Amino acid sequence: MTMLGRALTGIAAGALSASLAIAGELTIATVNNGHMIEMQKLTPDFEAANPGITLKWVVLEEGTLRSRVTTDIATKGGQFDVMTIGMYEAPIWGRLNWLVPLEFSAAYDVDDLLPAMRGGLSYDGQLYAAPFYGESSMIMYREDLVQAAGMTIEDNPTWSHVRDVAAKLHDPDNGVYGICLRGKPGWGDNMALITTMANSFGAQWFNMDWTPALDSPEWQAAVSLYVDLLTSYGPPGSEGNSFNEILALINEGKCGMWIDATIAASFVTDPGQSKVADKMAFAQAPVMATNKGANWLWAWALAIPAGTKQAEDAKTFIEWATSKSYIELVAGKNGWGNVPTGTRQSTYDNPEFQQAATFEEAELKAILSANPEDSTLNPSPYVGVQFAAIPEFQAIGIAVGQQMTAALAGDISVEQALANAQAAADREMRKAGYY
Amino acid sequence: MNATLIRLLQAPSILVLLLWMVVPLGMTIYFSTIRYNLLYPDRSGWNNWSNYEFFYTDPAFWPAIFNTLTLVGSVLAISVVLGLAIAVLIDRPFRGRGIVRVLIISPFFIMPTVNALLWKNMMMNPIYGLFAVAAQAVGAEPISWMSDLPLLSIIIIVSWQWTPFAVLIFMTSLMSMDREQKEAALLDGAGFWARFWNLTLPHLARPIAIVVMIQMIFHLSIFAEIYITTVGGPGTESTNLAFLIFAQAIQGSDIGVASAGGVIAIILANIVALFLVRMIGKSLTVS
Repeated sequence: MTMLGRALTGIAAGALSASLAIAGELTIATVNNGHMIEMQKLTPDFEAANPGITLKWVVLEEGTLRSRVTTDIATKGGQFDVMTIGMYEAPIWGRLNWLVPLEFSAAYDVDDLLPAMRGGLSYDGQLYAAPFYGESSMIMYREDLVQAAGMTIEDNPTWSHVRDVAAKLHDPDNGVYGICLRGKPGWGDNMALITTMANSFGAQWFNMDWTPALDSPEWQAAVSLYVDLLTSYGPPGSEGNSFNEILALINEGKCGMWIDATIAASFVTDPGQSKVADKMAFAQAPVMATNKGANWLWAWALAIPAGTKQAEDAKTFIEWATSKSYIELVAGKNGWGNVPTGTRQSTYDNPEFQQAATFEEAELKAILSANPEDSTLNPSPYVGVQFAAIPEFQAIGIAVGQQMTAALAGDISVEQALANAQAAADREMRKAGYY
Repeated sequence: MNATLIRLLQAPSILVLLLWMVVPLGMTIYFSTIRYNLLYPDRSGWNNWSNYEFFYTDPAFWPAIFNTLTLVGSVLAISVVLGLAIAVLIDRPFRGRGIVRVLIISPFFIMPTVNALLWKNMMMNPIYGLFAVAAQAVGAEPISWMSDLPLLSIIIIVSWQWTPFAVLIFMTSLMSMDREQKEAALLDGAGFWARFWNLTLPHLARPIAIVVMIQMIFHLSIFAEIYITTVGGPGTESTNLAFLIFAQAIQGSDIGVASAGGVIAIILANIVALFLVRMIGKSLTVS
């Protein structure tokens, strides 16, 4: 009853606010990340440059945002004029014609967008969402500890080498754990990391006939190493850790190594919040059988739902928020170290940015090396590095993620977890009528 | 006034209440029988009960039912027993009673998500949580609460939030207890337990029934605490029915399966309610 009640309240609220939309006022749904909050703060700049358009913000936590915008766009609620969506949604919704295709003026310089980002946000070569900021994944490690242990971490080390280093760094008596990785179940949490691991071992989510491929020996090897790494050299309670939890551990100097989103680099090198800001170094993500899909690719992007009556104004806003001049505007206010990155080549070419950001080279390299359209060793039918851009993936991802956490907690064996995961994925694909 | 007029005057409000109940219920039942996936707008129509079949054959279905009942039962037992004890304890006058009462009740006014985050990070974190620090201080191995005892962790978190609710109800109802009866019992030489069993408990029978009923309604659909802390895991160890509906259907935007799960949840809620009404319902009429 309560679930239904909530759903109905949502629908009712949607209908209400749709009827209250005011001409010239854009309603923008966005996620509560630092860069987005900054965008909201710059509202007066946009409104001054574009008289007649005012902005109304709906800022939500990632999961809430995703379910709100999905419900709104699927039921043609018309609640929002601009939506913040991820690289997962963009191609799916583009295919369903739920988004307005984006065509920009020459001044926008669409060719300046990083090709990986542009590709991931397009369907059939048509751009449906403009990247606001993007990220990949890489290794972040404590240079001081690694040196003291007599080890080195090069770009793209093998996972076996990562294991060796983790073993050397692991010193729980002094409050340092060898390696910290995501363990909290979720398709955007532990599965993002585990999928990149599996990719590098030569595994993939689906075979060419869309049957799940989770029972392969490659998955078995990747997940076994994942469980082994965290149980032998990880912090206790890894089952509940995701980005924010590990960030807190790193900033307290409790982790020797971390493989996660490149955006974390700007936090762990910020002396204001990190006790080890000057001791962090970066390297490209670990690999095993292949480099393909070893590091993920994600972007938060702005898109226009097809139902809006203010598509022109919405486009004006998106063009402003994802432009070169917006990045310069943020740089002018907060310095080049705090601009949204991962979207435009021109940002990385800027000497002032190169000076301000110690991680920019590693981040750009990681983003450029990810290719959502070719992320597995053997051919696969889906787009996406750390996810498969099909509607079923969210449900499959959470079910598989739970099994991985159970294996990590030692409740079931890795073999059993993957068998359960395969069965869950198979159920979902059958229901959706893939075969 | 004659009976017909009274009925006519009552009719509008009863009709609204009925619609308020019937329309959502009807929609849920209707959705549960059709193909309705938000991401496949082109698929629709009668579905041969396969939404129910899909939900029911999920390997996590029976564990989820079991977890739901365990959660409801444990939290009810803890909050009622603890609530009674605290309410009786702070019933007698002492210095600073007002402040103590406010402090005891305040957990109830914390949002469930905040409550869950607080427990997850500040209390139960195995590295820097309060429990871990306390365990290390006495040389014990810290417990990894969320991974080793996921369901118990959630029971503790929810109980912490809801015991104050029980205290609040019991406390106010103890205030209305007849002082003369208590004094008479004291004069007759009745001890604490004799007074508790024969005076306090019968007096509190009705509030207890209310607390149990209200809490049951809320605990059958616990979601925020699970979503924030264990995300239903490890495996499906802390997945309850509400979370299963979320994981299986809402995440996949499948309104059909979600509605089927909702109907199953309604049936379960009614069964539980039936038992509870049988068990404690008597106290609502007697007294």
